[in-house]
Amino acid sequence: MRHIIAILLENESGALSRVSGLFSARGYNIQSLTVAPTEDASLSRMTIVTTGSDEIVEQILKQLNKLIEVVKVVLLTEGDHIERELILVKTVAKGAHREEVKRLADIFRGRILDVTENTYTIEVTGNGAKLDAFLAAIGSENILEVVRTGVSGIARGETALRL
Amino acid sequence: MELTGAEIVAECLKKEGVEYIFGYPGGAVLHLYDVLNMQESIKHILVRHEQGAVHAADGYARATGRPGVALVTSGPGVTNAVTGIATAYMDSIPMVILTGQVPTHAIGSDAFQEVDTVGITRPCVKHNFLVKDVSELAETIKKAFYVASSGRPGPVLVDIPKDVQAQRFNFSYPDKIELRSYRPVERGHPGQIRKAAELILTAERPMIYSGGGVVLDGSSQQLREFAQITGFPVTSTLMGLGAFPGTSQQFLGMLGMHGTYEANMGMHHCDVLIAVGARFDDRVVGNVKKFCPNAQIIHIDIDPSSISKTVRVDIPIVGSVRNVLTQLNKMLQELDRKPDSGALRAWWGQIAEWRTTDCLRYDRTSAIIKPQYVVEKVYEITKGDAYVTSDVGQHQMWAAQFYKFDKPNRWINSGGLGTMGFGLPAALGVQLAFPDEKVCCITGEASIIMCIQELSTALQYKLPVKIINLNNRYMGMVRQWQEFFYAKRYAMSYMEALPDFVKLAESFGHVGMRIDKPADVESALKEAFALKDRLVFMDFITDQEENVYPMIPAGAGQNEMILV
Repeated sequence: MRHIIAILLENESGALSRVSGLFSARGYNIQSLTVAPTEDASLSRMTIVTTGSDEIVEQILKQLNKLIEVVKVVLLTEGDHIERELILVKTVAKGAHREEVKRLADIFRGRILDVTENTYTIEVTGNGAKLDAFLAAIGSENILEVVRTGVSGIARGETALRL
Repeated sequence: MELTGAEIVAECLKKEGVEYIFGYPGGAVLHLYDVLNMQESIKHILVRHEQGAVHAADGYARATGRPGVALVTSGPGVTNAVTGIATAYMDSIPMVILTGQVPTHAIGSDAFQEVDTVGITRPCVKHNFLVKDVSELAETIKKAFYVASSGRPGPVLVDIPKDVQAQRFNFSYPDKIELRSYRPVERGHPGQIRKAAELILTAERPMIYSGGGVVLDGSSQQLREFAQITGFPVTSTLMGLGAFPGTSQQFLGMLGMHGTYEANMGMHHCDVLIAVGARFDDRVVGNVKKFCPNAQIIHIDIDPSSISKTVRVDIPIVGSVRNVLTQLNKMLQELDRKPDSGALRAWWGQIAEWRTTDCLRYDRTSAIIKPQYVVEKVYEITKGDAYVTSDVGQHQMWAAQFYKFDKPNRWINSGGLGTMGFGLPAALGVQLAFPDEKVCCITGEASIIMCIQELSTALQYKLPVKIINLNNRYMGMVRQWQEFFYAKRYAMSYMEALPDFVKLAESFGHVGMRIDKPADVESALKEAFALKDRLVFMDFITDQEENVYPMIPAGAGQNEMILV
């Protein structure tokens, strides 16, 4: 089972390595991990995508809560939530194909950020499945480079993860 | 008042009421040593190896319940200390470890005696800090003591660069500290406690499974009350021995891999299991799939991550053992009902039958000294009232089986990490804390060698520890596993070229004795314990191939013990 965990933690050097060290030491999986400071400069917000049985995820949440620098932990996949990821794709864009890439970018609501004679660099945002579909549509033979941010997530509705 | 960082450290330790600090000097802690040398209220104990410093502080902490403090230098000082820190971490022992670090401007430059202390120790501490500015020093030390000794205790390390020790800052020590990210749950949830009480009242074949958390939380009294109110049988983990009286009829002995037949059979057949401050360690549980097949389980623990980690429990109660047991005892008394007394009588009858197996029997007529006999005699001669440290292996199990601890904090051993070399330095820490009490280190010839250098520390501070060396010329537990599971192929478990321990003890300035006949055991022990102000190293030449029984082999259930 895939799970998304949102964490508020002290914005201190070393806090990230405590979290990543916990995952590696206990053999938990990390599919993606994103982290950045929040509007409160003393806190960072982290989103981790992991896989495991319910028992394992329960342990992950408990172990995260045990870390002294972790302030709050929420399992986003427990309720309705929104997840988004951003990719930047550098693709071949030559000849007749150039127009096709432009159309695909439009269909996926992507934006072309950079243009050269032979390439486009496109930004697309969405959930993982949409981004995978976009990459498949472009075709691996045309892709020069891809960078994915990893998932950011937030709960739907009025509940907010804050202090 | 403006003080240097080193002076601030000393003042903080005084405010925390630290009596002893165990350490070893080096370049990165010279400022600290200079300051410690100029004051008298904190006594510094100079060990002979940093591992010994941490184990000694650990022994002090286990015996007193107060945080132990160790001080080591950067680089190799830290790496030598890591075994001790991990030992304390696995057994949840409150400790504060102060380490020197290269100056802040040199951090990351591969400077002389530099290691990434915070990185190396991160997985084996409850928390650690690198203090980069003297203005944060006092508050960080306050946090370290608070985190180490609250909630589920554990070692906390504070890394202090050399320039921070020299910088000056206005000293003030906070009275209280609040951490928004760290608030251990103290009291148990009343609804859960009520559910537990109701389940307890329906029990027909109950067991109380008590662990090290009861000792750590100083809740031996509450456990005894709980057992008295319910009349339930009690078993204990290795770490919990002494929390419930070992001589009580209600006590079934230790459980687990080398636990008693009655304790393990009781676990296997019980219908309600009450786990108190225990963590379902693999050496207790054996095969998870076969563990307590018919039991509903109540689990009281301060650490939520201990609950349902390996064994799913039915009624978890998060909180300090002391508070939860107090709440539970009160509720049971208020409910004023009793479990089915007929069923309990039948259960005790079954236990009595299991007891007739006499699972700890051994050959008492042997012409060679049996290690169990030595432990029994130590127990008799110390009237069951000594502080006993041990190392790791067969001798540790025999000590746990044959020394009947009636009081908590008296049995001091490395349970989780299983650190050979722990016993002697730990005994020094205990003896410093309790100079007038009898302190023995029950050990083996392989373990004792691992921290033998601390005999020198013992001489310097005149610590009259009694070392009971059960010398079978084998790494006994390794040999036992090789006998059982590797067709007696004794790979590297034979200790060739052992020293003459009598001469070795004498060369360190202590008394050495060699005892090789059963008839001499008692008189030798009496003679040794009569030497009240001397360390005595007793080298007992014991049966080479004696095994620890009972034994639950790997993968087996608790009802599948190998008996004598």
